[in-house]
Amino acid sequence: MMEQAFFLILATLAVGAALSVIIQRSPLYSAFSLIGVFACLAGTYIMLKAQFLGAIQMIVYAGAIMVLFVFVIMLLNIRKEETALDKYRYLWLLSIPFAATLIVEVLYTILKVTSDFTSLPEMAKRPEVGDSQSIGYGLYTGYLMPFELTSILILLAIVGSVILARREKD
Amino acid sequence: MVPLSWYLALSAVLFTIGAVGVFVKRNVISIFMCIELMLNAVNLTLIAFSSFYREVSGQLFVFIVMTVAAAEAGVGLALVIAVFRNRESLNTDDINLLKL
Amino acid sequence: MFLLQVIPSWKETLFLMPELQLTLFACFILVLDLLLPRGKKTLTAYAALIGIAFTLIGVAQVYYVTRNVLPTLIFYQMYVIDNFSFIFKVIVLISAAISIAISIKYLETEKELRGDYYSLLLFATVGMMFIASSYNLLMFYVSLELMAISVYVLVGYLKNNDKSNEAALKYFLLGAFSSGIFLYGVSLVYAITGELNLLEIAIKVSLFILGTDAKVGVGAHYLLAFAVALTGAGLLFKVAAVPFHMWAPDAYEGAPTPITAFMSVAVKAASYAMLARIFLVAFPALRTIKELPGWLPFFIGVAALTMTVGNIAAMTQKNTKRMLAYSSISQAGYILLGLIASNETGYTGLVFYILAYTLMNLGAFAIIILLRRDDIKGDRLENLSGLIKKKPVLAVMMLVFLISLAGIPPTSGFVGKYLLFAGLIKADNFWLNRLAVLAVLNTVISFYYYAQIIKAMFIDIPSDDKPINLNIFSTISLVFATVLTILIGIYPQPFIEISKSVTKNLAPVQVNQQTSPTPTPTPTNDSGIDPSIDPNLFPNVIPRK
Repeated sequence: MMEQAFFLILATLAVGAALSVIIQRSPLYSAFSLIGVFACLAGTYIMLKAQFLGAIQMIVYAGAIMVLFVFVIMLLNIRKEETALDKYRYLWLLSIPFAATLIVEVLYTILKVTSDFTSLPEMAKRPEVGDSQSIGYGLYTGYLMPFELTSILILLAIVGSVILARREKD
Repeated sequence: MVPLSWYLALSAVLFTIGAVGVFVKRNVISIFMCIELMLNAVNLTLIAFSSFYREVSGQLFVFIVMTVAAAEAGVGLALVIAVFRNRESLNTDDINLLKL
Repeated sequence: MFLLQVIPSWKETLFLMPELQLTLFACFILVLDLLLPRGKKTLTAYAALIGIAFTLIGVAQVYYVTRNVLPTLIFYQMYVIDNFSFIFKVIVLISAAISIAISIKYLETEKELRGDYYSLLLFATVGMMFIASSYNLLMFYVSLELMAISVYVLVGYLKNNDKSNEAALKYFLLGAFSSGIFLYGVSLVYAITGELNLLEIAIKVSLFILGTDAKVGVGAHYLLAFAVALTGAGLLFKVAAVPFHMWAPDAYEGAPTPITAFMSVAVKAASYAMLARIFLVAFPALRTIKELPGWLPFFIGVAALTMTVGNIAAMTQKNTKRMLAYSSISQAGYILLGLIASNETGYTGLVFYILAYTLMNLGAFAIIILLRRDDIKGDRLENLSGLIKKKPVLAVMMLVFLISLAGIPPTSGFVGKYLLFAGLIKADNFWLNRLAVLAVLNTVISFYYYAQIIKAMFIDIPSDDKPINLNIFSTISLVFATVLTILIGIYPQPFIEISKSVTKNLAPVQVNQQTSPTPTPTPTNDSGIDPSIDPNLFPNVIPRK
């Protein structure tokens, strides 16, 4: 019960913060709300016994990526957000079927996904995953190749950002 | 014990909010933040089912999604700066985004 | 010593030699770019071409070594070596080589000649090669992003050009959005199956449909349909299929023209490789199912829309780059027909048409690029007018590419379209036959705008008298594309054989119920594997200690 209450608090906060991301007019407030979502999600990760990713979520996502966002927002000094949605008002309509489908999905999920973390005994026998040891072991054995590929990807991202953001010398 | 479906539902709600935000927001950086929100919803599903199946693969997926998101954020924000330099505006109406 | 334990075996690393070579060349070009003085940057393009040549040799070597043990899975079943991956690697390498060759002059004209451009192109190619060989959804995602991020930067490469920047931003936002949708689909697939390996997913999915393996919950079928739809939608974004195409015309128009060519060919080929691999290996059981929508009706609708909208929108364009962009959208619709047909002819047509399309589309773009001179942008229809008087050879070459794109014999485009349509008709299903009729009608519509270009070239009077200069690289790539387009059209047999061998062991679960519109899944035996699956079709897995 305790756990469920805790989850509900985190989930409510996360959804509230997520709504705030799209309701806020100023990108800066959106960014802060997003950090709130990340923090709540990090809490749920820890509840799921994925401690390592919970920590990474805070350090990398909330710490590094969002700081980058905030930095760019401050650098470009964007205070006023968008004007009223005049020109592309019909895009609103596109989001309605999207939202409807997903809300139906949520309802179905709650009704139909009946399994639980303890409902499958053969699963419960396996050791818990989520500590840094199991992640590290996975990254250096079965998932070595995607891991090495991400290193190329990061190199590429560095090169790409430098190409895009540097000024011409003239 | 929190039911599995709750995690799935929370993830679906967050994903929906992110996806709706992509259509509704008019500022490039805000749109990009909504995409990050979508990625986080994905991560939640992956981690919940990783714990459910007791398989580490889902968590490794999340680990790599986070790395890729960081790389993508770097390139995306560099692009934003490049456009801002030429245009002095990030309003998507001004840059004709999503001209259907 | 630690490394020796970590890396599965040094032998397996050798199979990755082509990709590693190309990565090394990409890094080498970055360094070379720093060392070279301003006037000498063209050398980096030569280095990139040499790198691609080495990589092609490497691919051939790997093929030679593994030809008897195909298909083989290495690196903990992450990476597959099979004919399908080989042909797509060759296709993306050839398109990268031609894109580099036609970039040299273009970048000189744009005064943006730097080595990092070629380096990024090679990184994108590495990503595509990994896509062609991926056998795990995580691998697909990482290699897809490797490709996509390089292309985002390349689209925005002309920094002083507003259009280029804007196109890059649009492409980036919609690309990231589509990746998000794809990932959500993947996460739901993971939720249902608990697997990321394609073959394991295929087995779990068939068991799930039968109801013998419902770990998540008994009634969660809709979740599977939803997962497949989202995965498909995310991938269809990448191939620019209608209604997920809104980024394509803008991105294609704003990007530097060689990159437009590269995007419309190599990125599309890689995305199709991914779509075909995921849907044919992991979800063949979901093609049509009684209680579920399945992916077949979804794809039929998308293909019909893609062909029609692409062609109709192309008719109204006066900008040749934009016209070719819409034309390539409609071509994406034709390629999808091969996947819809789901029989040998269809799969053969899919691979064959991608091969043919690569050459003809690159050729058409190469000629548009040659029209870019000092102050002429060269992307308007009138820039092509009177080409026959200025450079008759170019006009004839363009004619070959256009009639091939339109699907008129004796060109490769005709054979490819024939195979695709024949696959649909062979499937012998009411809706698939209607789709084939629609596709033929669309081919006829497309004659209109291809004919517009032909009319401009052959009948209209020249709009300017600036000479068109060819350099050696453009000449070689144009001759190569023209000769192959005609050669494949006249003598398609060896290429059809290659395409057929490619698709033979692609789908481990054979789909052979074309006659019945809603096939019932075959019962499974104790091993949990569908008995109709030919064991020879399962890839080899190098055993580890």
